[in-house]
Amino acid sequence: MSDKDIDKISGTETTGHEWDGIKELNTPLPRWWLGVFMACIVWSIGYWIVYPAWPGITGYTRGVLNHSQRDEVVANVNALKAARASREHALSAASLEQIQNNPELQQFALAEGRAAFGDNCAPCHGSGGQGARGYPNLNDDVWLWGGTLADIQHTITVGVRSTDAHTRQSQMPAFGRDGILTPAQIDDLVEHVVHLSGRPADERALRRSGKLFSDNCAGCHGPVGKGDRKLGAPNLTDNEWEYGSSREAIQDQIWNGHGGVMPTWAGRLSPETIKALAVYVHSLGGGE
Amino acid sequence: MQARTETRPDLLIMPLILLAGFIAAIAEAARSPDPLMVIQAWTFAACMGATGAWYLWMYAGRTPQDELGPYANGVVRAGVVASMFWGIAGMLVGVIIALQLSFPNLFYFPDLAWTNFGRLRPLHTSAVIFAFGGNVLIATSFYVVQRTCKARLWGGSLAWFVFWGYNIFILLAGTGYLIGVTQSREYAEPEWYADIWLTVVWVSYLLVFLGTLWKRKEPHIYVANWFYLSFIVTIALLHIVNNLSMPVSLLESKSYSLFSGVQDALTQWWYGHNAVGFFLTAGFLGIMYYFIPKRAERPVYSYRLSIIHFWSLIFIYIWAGPHHLLFTALPEWTQTLGMTFSIILWMPSWGGMINGLMTLSGAWDKLRTDPVLRILVVYVAFYGMSTFEGPMMSIKSVNALSHYTNWTIGHVHSGALGWVGYVSFGALYCLVPWLWGKKKLYSNALVEWHFWISTIGIVLYITSMWVAGIMQGLMWRAYNDYGFLEYSFVEVVQAMHPYYIIRALGGLLYLAGGLIMAFNLWKTATAREDAPAVAPSLATEAV
Amino acid sequence: MDHGKLERNSILLLIGILIVVAIGGAVEIAPLFWVNGTVEKVSGMRPYTPLELMGRNIYVREGCYLCHSQMVRSLRDEVERYGHYSLAAESMYDHPFQWGSERTGPDLARVGGKYSDEWQRAHLSDPRAVVPESVMPPYRFLEQTPLDTHDLKNFLIANRKVGVPYTDDQIAHAREDLLAQADPNSEGLEAMQKRYPKAVARDFDGNPARVTEMDALIAYLQMLGTLVDFKSYRADAPENRR
Ligand code: HEC
Ligand code: HEC
Ligand code: HEC
Ligand code: HEM
Ligand code: HEM
Ligand SMILES: [Ca+2]
Ligand SMILES: [Ca+2]
Ligand SMILES: [Cu+2]
Repeated sequence: MSDKDIDKISGTETTGHEWDGIKELNTPLPRWWLGVFMACIVWSIGYWIVYPAWPGITGYTRGVLNHSQRDEVVANVNALKAARASREHALSAASLEQIQNNPELQQFALAEGRAAFGDNCAPCHGSGGQGARGYPNLNDDVWLWGGTLADIQHTITVGVRSTDAHTRQSQMPAFGRDGILTPAQIDDLVEHVVHLSGRPADERALRRSGKLFSDNCAGCHGPVGKGDRKLGAPNLTDNEWEYGSSREAIQDQIWNGHGGVMPTWAGRLSPETIKALAVYVHSLGGGE
Repeated sequence: MQARTETRPDLLIMPLILLAGFIAAIAEAARSPDPLMVIQAWTFAACMGATGAWYLWMYAGRTPQDELGPYANGVVRAGVVASMFWGIAGMLVGVIIALQLSFPNLFYFPDLAWTNFGRLRPLHTSAVIFAFGGNVLIATSFYVVQRTCKARLWGGSLAWFVFWGYNIFILLAGTGYLIGVTQSREYAEPEWYADIWLTVVWVSYLLVFLGTLWKRKEPHIYVANWFYLSFIVTIALLHIVNNLSMPVSLLESKSYSLFSGVQDALTQWWYGHNAVGFFLTAGFLGIMYYFIPKRAERPVYSYRLSIIHFWSLIFIYIWAGPHHLLFTALPEWTQTLGMTFSIILWMPSWGGMINGLMTLSGAWDKLRTDPVLRILVVYVAFYGMSTFEGPMMSIKSVNALSHYTNWTIGHVHSGALGWVGYVSFGALYCLVPWLWGKKKLYSNALVEWHFWISTIGIVLYITSMWVAGIMQGLMWRAYNDYGFLEYSFVEVVQAMHPYYIIRALGGLLYLAGGLIMAFNLWKTATAREDAPAVAPSLATEAV
Repeated sequence: MDHGKLERNSILLLIGILIVVAIGGAVEIAPLFWVNGTVEKVSGMRPYTPLELMGRNIYVREGCYLCHSQMVRSLRDEVERYGHYSLAAESMYDHPFQWGSERTGPDLARVGGKYSDEWQRAHLSDPRAVVPESVMPPYRFLEQTPLDTHDLKNFLIANRKVGVPYTDDQIAHAREDLLAQADPNSEGLEAMQKRYPKAVARDFDGNPARVTEMDALIAYLQMLGTLVDFKSYRADAPENRR
């Protein structure tokens, strides 16, 4: 190990050791490498001085800025809210007509509504509001609970059969499951409902079903099945269906009485956002 | 060296451990009310039995041929085979989960719980990191430590126990994920009993490694062994602390971790980040420090750099865990430390890259003729890239964008495919001819094919994930003119679709490369050569 | 310093490594157990009900955390999309935490109450039936698998051993409480809600005949983010500064 061992190709001295044929050069540290390393350390020390960094017994060094990322996000959100505030105020004060006559305000409401709809409503009502089985279509002019701006706004605020104290409420009985009607009676009513929506149905069943319908169903769906918005009872004559048009689907509804839940959004979304959503839903095509 | 006839404590202790494991597993299987535990226990019992039978077959009444030579090569050979097997399996599962995200209607099966993404993804990560990477690390470390210490592995059959025990752990973990046994700690999912078993195995590993260093005939410990040693002890520390948990009962598979919430989160990412730092980095640097100078036949570039970057790397890595928790409920001071230390970590990481690349100076021409060396060089380049990207992603404002997105996945796989994958391939290409006594590989042309196909695969994988990740991050935070969020979450999910497909394609190519390699290695190992080969490292084995 | 000493002595090298790698973790992790404000003072947090706890086990088992975070970061767009940023206090009873590291699917920290049970059931059984763009796996088998509660008490006891303040009363009534929460008409309802304030009891999976894994998972999801009372939370109170 005493003699100097020089690597011929690089001209650099080796450390003199050898392991399984492997030697090591004694090249000094690359200066740029050391420089950047030191620079990173210096930068970090600077960062520690400015920001919260080192823990102690009960606290930590807070940094000269007394920075808190939680304060920062609150400030950022508030700044954004402040930037939107004047229009939000205008929106919450405006009537439907005023909104429709004010393109600027309308655009604003639609922008806000669309944003909230995608993350909150689309999972049930579909990305275009087209609905799905069990979740009403929001862009046609068939409404369970009313299609005026105020109706929609109220539905969104309190929900339907939701946990909200003021929720829209009504529950179609489970005529089959709870044994209120016999299977045969229900089969007759299925024919009745099919007939109501203008489709051919079994004549003999229809002769029996009239009384059944007025005894059991008319209270909510009306004597001729036109529905009742106070009860959210759908119109059965329009051939638009929440739970499907097939005989099986209708039978299932009468048997089980689904009672789908629309959550309340009062705690989750601000009143302004709900109003904007109502405007957005109203604009989808079916608003009254 | 002569055949040992004296009583061997290892041949007494090992079977006793296996027997104890066997009895415990049978008792567990018989008594446990938990069906998952019963399956795991039977699996474990079968493994104990099989390993016991293997011990009998290997040692009863004879000294294995392998123990007559100067070095233990059999266990390294077994490690090579296991690496190749798990590598292919793990990447195949990677391709499957990539396809699941691309075509959910084709690759999900509603009634087969075990095929779900949530169960297969840990199977993928554990199979590639721990099964593939772990076997490569164990095999190469056993190979390297013997050569650089001029000493046979310490502990007799203990090295075999490490090999079998480790692979049994993998099997227990992998089958566990499929049936739904997991702690949900990323990269540490196996449950408490598997963790205990791994602890036993890992301590044995440490003993074998240290014992061999202890016995060495070289005055100095070679730098590759510093890295291997730091990998082994630090993983032991990380594993034990991160897995502290309370089983529901000794007969239940489920356990609850000792820590909760914010403390648990930092413990987990202290572990998770340093699994990267010590398993995927320090260990693989150990591989680099042997195989690159060996293959290039050049001295290591700088001894001084080795020292400085070794100590700074292992000191600083430990601090960087909080960069996985930026802007979360982790206190801000901790986040600051995580971010700044990640940035300080940049140069210590690049020290390794420099030492690897510059070792080739004077041998650059070999890159044209030796595709194996080329794989090793590209691997160092990817290391440089991911250790530049990592510190960048640790900057809070960058992480605000990248966290939770596919950018992280891109970063992971530039490291995983480019660095971990390639160095493993390079080392296996070196080891198979050396260990099976062949002059050369079956086909260099196939290595070329492997190299190019998998490189295209990596490029497709990581570019698609970078684009997807940055897009995802930007879409989540995009605002429209009126100051409201522009995109809903599912719109972003939809936007990922083409990139998921490109990624799956890239993964498929990478896997194809792996299959070519397996074929090539198989042909190499089984090739008949006229003259008994004197492979370069065997020549130095005369002790 | 002479590095040769370390290179010549494997034990010295080992000890050196151990010291060097122990420091960082110790300085960062240990203070989280004592520095003030690390876990905020809030009202409303309670241990999981037995049904929620079993649901959480299923959440862990199925690897939901691999796609869903439960951590609203303190960034503007996240607060706007998901709600109030997550507090450390919200996961104080989480062994282990479920903050996640990928968002292939949306954050779930505040998903409780956002959708109906029926939607959750339909979505978990077949995500693309309700959200066509989804890449989430189907979990139909949960509806068909009865909830396994054979060692229920021990699950609570194990949690208590690691620090969750389950009372003797809660442990003794674990099974009754679980059944009561899955059946809104049960007699034990009031007692259950007394032991677990704000716990909602419903037949979560729409199948009143049995308590399935689906019941448990939905009960867990519907609780997420509903416990802490943010009206009474003071971010700027000195004990919550961090
Ligand atoms: C969990 C699923 C779900 C979500 C989420 C949801 N809804 Fe509904 N929604 C329903 C159901 C179910 C009904 C029908 C209730 C009924 O049968 O009366 C409904 C009804 C409505 C109605 C009344 C339709 C009518 O015909 O009168 C409106 C308007 C509406 N939703 C708007 C929204 C908006 C806006 C959002 C988002 C803020 C939203 N919904 C989110 C399930 C949901
Ligand atoms: C207490 C009020 C009430 C009574 C009585 C009632 N319904 Fe209903 N019905 C509803 C409501 C509310 C809905 C909306 C769907 C839901 O949420 O269940 C509905 C929905 C329906 C539907 C599904 C419509 C669609 O769009 O898919 C059918 C069909 C129906 N009712 C038929 C009947 C028949 C037949 C009877 C008598 C046997 C009856 N209903 C009695 C309230 C009532
Ligand atoms: C492969 C990734 C993946 C896995 C695994 C996964 N999900 Fe999802 N999840 C998604 C995606 C993507 C969405 C968004 C689209 C949608 O609503 O289906 C989603 C949406 C959701 C939602 C609706 C959230 C919201 O606010 O709209 C819930 C709740 C949910 N998942 C629960 C779960 C549960 C519980 C599990 C485990 C049993 C799970 N997910 C597993 C990808 C996944
Ligand atoms: C200086 C070195 C490195 C730094 C500072 C670094 C930093 C980071 C950062 C900031 C993340 C993202 C965390 C998040 O937002 O969730 C990350 C993730 C990751 N990195 Fe690195 N990285 C480095 C090197 C590497 C290398 C070389 C590899 C692989 C061989 C690697 C593997 C990973 C893995 C697997 C993850 C994903 C963890 C998870 O979320 O599951 N990193 N790294
Ligand atoms: C054929 C090659 C591969 C394919 C197709 C593949 C595919 C995937 C996919 C689809 C994921 C899940 C990403 C997500 O959740 O969005 C993943 C995660 C991961 N893979 Fe791979 N992979 C491959 C090879 C590897 C290799 C060789 C390694 C390591 C040596 C690796 C390490 C990982 C890790 C650590 C993660 C988790 C990342 C995180 O949590 O952030 N993969 N891989
Ligand atoms: Ca574990
Ligand atoms: Ca049920
Ligand atoms: Cu990391």
